[in-house]
Amino acid sequence: MTQLQGIAASSGIAIAKVYRLEAPDLSYSKTDVDQPEQEVKRLHDALDISKNELEKIKAHTKNSLGDEHAEIFSAHLLVLSDPELIKPIEDKIKADNVNAEAALDETANMFIDMFKGMDNEYMRERAADIQDVTKRVMAHLLNVTFPDPALINEEVVIVADDLTPSDTAQLNKQYVKGFTTDIGGRTSHSAIMARSLEIPAVVGTKDITSRAEKDVMIIVDGINGDVIVDPSAEEISRYEQKQADFEEKKKEWAKLKDDPTKTADGEHVELAANIGTPEDVAGVLNNGGEGVGLYRTEFLYMGKNQLPTEEEQFDAYSSVLKQMGDKPVVVRTLDIGGDKELDYLDLPKEMNPFLGYRAIRLCLERDDIFRVQLRALLRASVHGNLKIMFPMIATLDEFRQAKALLEEEKQKLIEEGHEVAEKFEVGMMVEIPATAVIARQFAKEVDFFSIGTNDLIQYTMAADRMNERVSYLYQPYNPAILGLINNVIEAAHAEGKWAGMCGEMAGDEIAIPILLGLGLDEFSMSATSILPARTQLKELSKQELAGFKDEILSLGTSEEVVAFVKEKTNQT
Amino acid sequence: MVEKTFHITSSDGVHARPATVLVQNAGKYESDINLHYKEKSVNLKSIMGIMSLGIPSGADVKITAEGSDEQEAIDHLATTLKNEGLGE
Repeated sequence: MTQLQGIAASSGIAIAKVYRLEAPDLSYSKTDVDQPEQEVKRLHDALDISKNELEKIKAHTKNSLGDEHAEIFSAHLLVLSDPELIKPIEDKIKADNVNAEAALDETANMFIDMFKGMDNEYMRERAADIQDVTKRVMAHLLNVTFPDPALINEEVVIVADDLTPSDTAQLNKQYVKGFTTDIGGRTSHSAIMARSLEIPAVVGTKDITSRAEKDVMIIVDGINGDVIVDPSAEEISRYEQKQADFEEKKKEWAKLKDDPTKTADGEHVELAANIGTPEDVAGVLNNGGEGVGLYRTEFLYMGKNQLPTEEEQFDAYSSVLKQMGDKPVVVRTLDIGGDKELDYLDLPKEMNPFLGYRAIRLCLERDDIFRVQLRALLRASVHGNLKIMFPMIATLDEFRQAKALLEEEKQKLIEEGHEVAEKFEVGMMVEIPATAVIARQFAKEVDFFSIGTNDLIQYTMAADRMNERVSYLYQPYNPAILGLINNVIEAAHAEGKWAGMCGEMAGDEIAIPILLGLGLDEFSMSATSILPARTQLKELSKQELAGFKDEILSLGTSEEVVAFVKEKTNQT
Repeated sequence: MVEKTFHITSSDGVHARPATVLVQNAGKYESDINLHYKEKSVNLKSIMGIMSLGIPSGADVKITAEGSDEQEAIDHLATTLKNEGLGE
């Protein structure tokens, strides 16, 4: 038995066999062959198995993510039937009397180099497609397993160095009971996906991939962040109990699903959810969300070869608004750049992407991209309770420019005869300390603020949240952060506006009492955190917590804040 | 042998999705089918061949077909180009 400690990224307990998601060893040796016909046959067998697998993955992707995401596999399938690729491989086998592995590798590399050498990012990406599919064929020639999360058909826990967005998109919840990774934190992409899929996950274990062998039993405790490899029978039954208790607790939470969020002293706050796609709305409603506090529109732009059209965007936004009915939906306009790249925009690489050309900075310059999104949003506005929010605003001027573009597109649409909602709120994210400091000036012009804590913390503490060596500086409870948050909430209220929060912090059980005391109006979090938060809020008195405000803000360290809150709210 | 010329009007040129459909449809015919752009010519049944041309918006291309079903093939591909919004 081996026990590892990581970061609890998505709650729940998973107990199943290990499935290692890793790159297979595709090394081979080039050999001379006597019977080239035999090699050609091996090649075709490997091609057939590969095509068969790709067909299955394509069907699976179509079911789970829709036609558009499945399209890439049609292209992959065509590569495997491409006469200009297959014929040269066959010729090479016959002419040079070499094994199929060598002929495949050398021919494919010739094409890969050719595409890589082209002067356009899109063509260079095709090199990756050819690489992807030929790796699969190579794996079958060598008889090694090529891991396909989409094809898993028994209960497993995935063990990987990290999970890419496309890996997570392929996971089938029916069989994948949980996952654990070497790297990552609570706010990394894999962690966010785990919470939206509602599967238990522990990330950042540092070396789970070197500890967990294929097919051994593993326990992932997404509540405490523990991972146990090869557990004893007692250990398993202890965790089965914990799993049952957690299910029981979930049932308790579920009873509050249709109740309004009320504190012990009868105050209402809004509990909303963060989403990435229209498919996430079902989870919001099932978890009793009172709104969408952050709709990240980036996913519409990611994982494809070109910008989404106005119609595609209109469909996505309308779908979310219609599903939510009269509940508020805060849509954040495109936040690309930083760690989220779009290859097809061919943006130059930057030394400090988080401090660089991203989000509203990019949108104001590339208004050809921005205006399309604004038009789609404006047209969708008649289908529900839309609120538009601009990300990464640093100056009042940026906000005014963005709002002016919105106004221009609105007038154009009306002139073109489109219907646009009479009234909708326009607000901004507060992620940059500069805006938190002069929130009072911004509050006169915005309809609302939403505090993005992940970025606000990294910018305030000057600590890259992707850099694990400075992860100790990710301190949500640092009085410096709390002071900025307080400033934003006070500024909003002074102008009769509302203030929300859409970072991870909004669903955190230490942060919730502090934020309630500071007067936060809206808490937006992972859908699965809503019911636990509603349960916690029932026991908290807003008035009492407001009385601790000055004392909390005058504390010196994050640790002191945590100790103070725990003592006052009887948390252990 | 039959041939037809087309003017590419799609703003992205011949990009991934329509190229995929073109190749899939070309694959249904016995005839040898080639796509000519500038001085280059590639097998229209080869996705990598088509992609390697990197045909931009505004380009003029020619499709030739030779074989037992050449006329059907070229008619079908002309419709495909139109339906996929590539050009005509």
